[in-house]
Amino acid sequence: MTLLDVSQVSKRFPGVLALDQVRLTVGPKAGVGEVHALLGENGAGKSTLIKILSAAHAADEGTVTFDGRPLDPRDTPLRRQQLGIATIYQEFNLFPELSVAENMYLGREPKRLGLIDWSRLRADARALLGELGLPLDPDEPVRRLTVAEQQMVEIAKAMTLNARLIIMDEPTAALSSREVDRLHAIIAGLKARGVSVIYVSHRLAEVKAMCDRYTVMRDGRWVASGDVAEVEVGDMVRLMVGRHVEFVRRVRSGPPGRVVLKVESVTPRRPRLSTPGYLKDIRLEVRAGEIVGLAGLVGAGRTDLARLIFGADAIASGSIHLDDKPLKLKSPRDAIRAGVMLVPEDRKQQGCFLDHSIRHNLSLPSLGPLSRFGQWVDERAERDLVETYRQKLRIKMADQETPIGKLSGGNQQKVLLGRSMALAPRVLIVDEPTRGIDIGAKAEVHQVLSDLAAQGVAIVVISSELAEVMAVSDRIIVFREGAIVADLEADAATEEGLMAYMATGAGRPSPSGMELRPQ
Amino acid sequence: MTASPTLSPEPTAQQAAPPPGRRFDLLAFARKHRTILFLLLLIAAFGIVNERFLTIRNALNILSEVSIYGIIAVGMTYVILIGGIDVAVGSLLAFASLAAAYVITTVVGESPVSWLIALALSSVVGLVGGYIHGKAVTWLHVPAFIVTLGGMTVWRGATLILNDGGPISGFDAAYRWWGTGDILFVPVPVAVFALVAIVGHVVLRYTRYGRQVYAVGGNAEAARLSGVNVDFIVTSVYAVIGALAGLSGFLLSARLGSAEAVAGTGYELRVIASVVIGGASLTGGSGGVGGTILGALLIGVLSNGLVIMHVTSYFQQVVIGLIIVAAVAFDHYARTHKA
Repeated sequence: MTLLDVSQVSKRFPGVLALDQVRLTVGPKAGVGEVHALLGENGAGKSTLIKILSAAHAADEGTVTFDGRPLDPRDTPLRRQQLGIATIYQEFNLFPELSVAENMYLGREPKRLGLIDWSRLRADARALLGELGLPLDPDEPVRRLTVAEQQMVEIAKAMTLNARLIIMDEPTAALSSREVDRLHAIIAGLKARGVSVIYVSHRLAEVKAMCDRYTVMRDGRWVASGDVAEVEVGDMVRLMVGRHVEFVRRVRSGPPGRVVLKVESVTPRRPRLSTPGYLKDIRLEVRAGEIVGLAGLVGAGRTDLARLIFGADAIASGSIHLDDKPLKLKSPRDAIRAGVMLVPEDRKQQGCFLDHSIRHNLSLPSLGPLSRFGQWVDERAERDLVETYRQKLRIKMADQETPIGKLSGGNQQKVLLGRSMALAPRVLIVDEPTRGIDIGAKAEVHQVLSDLAAQGVAIVVISSELAEVMAVSDRIIVFREGAIVADLEADAATEEGLMAYMATGAGRPSPSGMELRPQ
Repeated sequence: MTASPTLSPEPTAQQAAPPPGRRFDLLAFARKHRTILFLLLLIAAFGIVNERFLTIRNALNILSEVSIYGIIAVGMTYVILIGGIDVAVGSLLAFASLAAAYVITTVVGESPVSWLIALALSSVVGLVGGYIHGKAVTWLHVPAFIVTLGGMTVWRGATLILNDGGPISGFDAAYRWWGTGDILFVPVPVAVFALVAIVGHVVLRYTRYGRQVYAVGGNAEAARLSGVNVDFIVTSVYAVIGALAGLSGFLLSARLGSAEAVAGTGYELRVIASVVIGGASLTGGSGGVGGTILGALLIGVLSNGLVIMHVTSYFQQVVIGLIIVAAVAFDHYARTHKA
């Protein structure tokens, strides 16, 4: 019997068709739950589909049937949980100051005479944790738990509502390999209880090892479904990559110049993941006029490396050289002075001053040279500067005084690029240059990066979109779990090959002639 | 190259489109200039109710009152712009002015420049006190509210220790001139307030430093990644408000003829209220000196008008408190219900 049946579901966001007639079926067999892998590249539509199932979004078209009954698109997320669909996002929905037991039963605490029955709450929590084989103390505050343990709390919380379908979004992205094994044991336990799981992951070896069926999505469409036992990892990669909207490939204007940026074995003082030896022996050289693309899964260490080069995070060991001179960075201010600029990955949180004008947003780091005596801002020169970049980057805006928050994502990104370009950097690092912006603007941003390279800037592009990395880069470096696993000429790279490196760490000998270049 | 024609074009910035015919929108106008309209309304109302209100003498009296805390409110505008808060200003004012008065009466003795020494000393003591607050915020990562709440008690306690809780008086005429004299009919504190307000406005509006203050309050992480020395901006802003509290304390002691240990009690409320009524956001990043001046005047007019109408000072406190909440509630309403 089918537990979940998604049929012809479509979802449109302004300017983007995020889901186009998607289907998915998940169902237990003979009382044993099914673990269903949902596969696809970034932007394939997996997250949108998950959000429709958990009622964070409502579908525009199509039907979703759960346990034989059609789901009402107007359901609240709470209603879906009560029906038995639990979703565990990468960002957990837990209250760090509350205990494990309180988090599990939040809003549904057992009561006696209108007050919370604390002893029963603990007893119930302990009983359920024992039943599920989760080694947690119900009284422990959640903030003291590791990421893996917090994930267990989410699972336990789902089971207090008798979930029959648990959706896990990249559950192993932040886990160590031992923790992954433990999670898989827990999932096996859930299966035995008849609970089904939708397992979203890029780690295909894990998928192969523990999932029963799979569904692949690409560009918002359903591509394939089937039994995991019947496909190889390589087949899954091919299905995920397929053919895309094509970007125009960058044409190099000439041979690259001399080495501008040289990074040797830098490690962060406070790694974002508590893995020892995070960022292992990273060696990177970028030449003038060259665009180096960093490919890899989220959490592979690319952003961490970028932040170290920009002085945004403190360096524990290793060295960075700019034009053969060692760089000592205490803050981004030092990096900017030396000629290194970063366009951060999170436009809204780290880039924009949303309520402030476009003019103020664009000119902020350039105010020094724009000011008399270093302080008195020459507003005419400032307006001219902003106007220059408005024209150069084709920023669509009513006027310079409009708050940047009112612009579309693509235009915001252009303002941030203009902010960096105005400093005439020697090295420009762009982290996810086109995330969440429409295809036309993407192509424009790619052109801007290419033009900058032609002027001799050394450029590093971090992107989770393989088609983008391939279109803009001269050279592609693949990161996996904090280490470089491949360094290739862009002409020699294929999406299948890159995906294989990202997901498994090893490329396959392929007709395209891709091989690991000695470091 | 142009944007792909097959996909939806990017929306350009949507400005609030004026209605066809461009009819004068009274509601929008009232929203934009709400503080000044409310101020004029109050002045008119008090003027009608009591003939002694609308006199030049009373106006100068109001302005003198407002100037003392208005000077600090200019500094508080900066503090609130970076998303901070300072509740220690009243206590720091008392400590700085009493310390200065103590030095000139017991150490310096009679001197033709005792006023200058007191002015400089009071400002510097305030500056150092504020700098300590700023360092505690940036180095120790203690929230500004807690740091200055502690500072509020510490400075008041230190003031009481300094002279056993007693006042210091016996200033010479040159000293008193700063509180009671005038320049071309303008009371000296009012002139000083005007100067501070102009400098405060110009720095905020026309300098790189001012831009960085807005940037830190708007998005501290984005400011850091844009090369702004966030810790310096934060520390300096607390130092500046401290110096202004010291300056204000000097003027107050000159006006009263004595430096009092209880001087400035409750000023933090008036000062923060001025900034907030003036339209600054407590989350930082928006506001300005112009609004703060209007806010300070509004509180001054309200207190003075209520006194003239023989409303007790107890009741005044109730009214001012309600006005603050109403102003912020209206502000929030105006922001979330844009036409």
